[in-house]
Amino acid sequence: MSRAETGTATVPAGTGAAVRSPRALWTLGLLRSELSVTFRRWRTLALLGVLAAVPVLVGIAVKIETGDGAGAGGDAGGPAFISQITNNGLFLVFTALAATLPFFLPMAVGVVAGDAVAGESGAGTLRYLLVAPAGRTRLLLTKYAAVLAFCLAGTLVVAVSALAVGALLFPLGELTTISGTRISFAEGLLRALAIALVVAASLIGVAALGLFVSTLTGSGIAAMATTVGLLITVQILDQIPQLHALQPYFFSHYWLSFADLMREPVYWDDLMKNLGIQALYAAVFGSAAWARFTAKDITA
Amino acid sequence: MAPYESDGSTTAGAAEERRAARGRKATRYAVPVAVIGVAAATIGLVPALADSGDPDLPDITAQQLLEKIAASDTERLSGTVRISTDLGLPDLGGLESGLLSGGPGSPSASGSGDGEDGGSAADPSTKLTELAAGSHTLRVAADGPDRQKVSLLQDGSEYSLIHDGKDVWGYDSASNEVYHSTVATGTGKEREKVPATPKDLTEEALKAVDDTTSVTVEGTAQVAGRDAYRLVVKPRQDGSTVGQITVSVDARTGTPLKFTLTPASGGAAVVDAGFTKVSFAKPDASTFDFTPPKGAKVTEADETAAELPEHGQKSPGAPAGDLDGLKVIGEGWTTIASFDTGGSGLPTADAGGGLGDFLGSFGDQVKGDFGTGTVFSTRLVNALITDDGKVYAGAVTKEALVKAANAAK
Repeated sequence: MSRAETGTATVPAGTGAAVRSPRALWTLGLLRSELSVTFRRWRTLALLGVLAAVPVLVGIAVKIETGDGAGAGGDAGGPAFISQITNNGLFLVFTALAATLPFFLPMAVGVVAGDAVAGESGAGTLRYLLVAPAGRTRLLLTKYAAVLAFCLAGTLVVAVSALAVGALLFPLGELTTISGTRISFAEGLLRALAIALVVAASLIGVAALGLFVSTLTGSGIAAMATTVGLLITVQILDQIPQLHALQPYFFSHYWLSFADLMREPVYWDDLMKNLGIQALYAAVFGSAAWARFTAKDITA
Repeated sequence: MAPYESDGSTTAGAAEERRAARGRKATRYAVPVAVIGVAAATIGLVPALADSGDPDLPDITAQQLLEKIAASDTERLSGTVRISTDLGLPDLGGLESGLLSGGPGSPSASGSGDGEDGGSAADPSTKLTELAAGSHTLRVAADGPDRQKVSLLQDGSEYSLIHDGKDVWGYDSASNEVYHSTVATGTGKEREKVPATPKDLTEEALKAVDDTTSVTVEGTAQVAGRDAYRLVVKPRQDGSTVGQITVSVDARTGTPLKFTLTPASGGAAVVDAGFTKVSFAKPDASTFDFTPPKGAKVTEADETAAELPEHGQKSPGAPAGDLDGLKVIGEGWTTIASFDTGGSGLPTADAGGGLGDFLGSFGDQVKGDFGTGTVFSTRLVNALITDDGKVYAGAVTKEALVKAANAAK
């Protein structure tokens, strides 16, 4: 949160007399402590470790499969871009993101988001957090910011690990977009960064949903399980053709549209729809989490 | 609330407080509800508001519009085409495209021994027949008669057909396979003529315009942000399954922008192809540049040409001109193609085993002066296969097929 925003942020009655600048400092301090609590947890580090391992596994598997000099498997199975990895290691970034986005990444985000409020509540530390003159709204916003930071961190861990493995095992260089045109390696790197950012942004919806679930219960495990369960349910529903009228409103429906960034020219329609649906989920479940959290009785 | 609050003399004040607290809570929950409401209203209203109604254009006769289409010399264009086809074929999934394409996996190809890996995943005939069912997004770009590109957008991959000078490249990014042919050989030229854009479809449709057809201009429409006239082509004859064809023609350039074919039986369009975005500027030259990526499997056209049988190239409804014993009955929209397979019709339950039952379950048994036969129906094309091995097919109703079979007897 920036200094300007804190001036207008909603503050629950009772703390209205506080002075402005200490409040801004408070927010920054709160965010910093929240981030360090999140990222110092062994659980968070383990999740990031699992995410970093996925590209390594994919890279080694592709390397072994094609080690005898044969081209990549001709059939179109597997995640997107997998057939191009042997020719350009940069494609491992795209493949790894395509492989982790449907499940690993949102699951990790669901764990962190589900634990955000319910975990504190379950450990009995939530009331101490509220003793500080930060206010519930600001605490919730800080929690959400920390979860979003984890979304970005998780995605970047996958991307960087994939880039490192790709550079080690496969050649790099000019690459062919899926439209058949060529782009330079530097532009390819830029597109990889853009794709990583879009993938991170695709997780905004799950993060908001997880945060809302987290405000509903006092048990961190229950909140995580519910969030991950919802994630799996939505993914399954997204596969049922009879529900095609509803599917555009599922948060995961346009996730794989990040591949459209590899078209030339870039096909923006689905990308925009994806970002729009994430913003919608953030608004709806963010405000629901706010309504629930600021109105509930904190007993633990 | 703690239990002690609810007894004794404090009840009145505590109850009031509780009511106020509950009111505040309710107000808070109104926020997410309001957000959902605003979102729903936006999703519902924005398309309606963006639809600025039919544009006001000077009146034009059908003849003038046809001339405008013919005179249209749009050579440079790029855009996105949305194409939906609903032929009412039974949904066979991948089997369907395998059968239609005649490529690897179809019964005829697998019979030839090495048919399994004879074709390339990047072969245009394999790919573009996918358009025969479902909804697809295509990107088209053209710069003069020598440089064109059509890309079929798929989830996370793309199939591009690039014509640049004498080369025709097919690139399937999912399997990283390349198909190459040269226009001079002739086969390549035919293949890239699979009608996919509204313009191609319109040309096909307008070939049929004669005195059996009524052509009118019915109002205007907005397609891909451009003002367009709506040209309506209707068969005058009874017995055709084609209800009407609507073509939206760009008012300024005369380029067809949208093509819709509605069946006489009503319901959703059989073919609906239209630009969702279009630009008449010169496309980037790099669009047409193609060099096979490193490591891609390149298949030359000559290698597969011998293995690919002729069938599967025809658009539905087009008479199969090169089949032996082909007869064309009728004219205009109610043309029926008929030929004698020389065999004994459909494999029956005795002869064909399970296959006969399987095929028979898709058709309807009919009787007439000609004997008995089976009619296979789609929403556009119907085919009658008689038990003595004659086939009648056309974009006509079942009754018209039976009548033709009776007359031929």
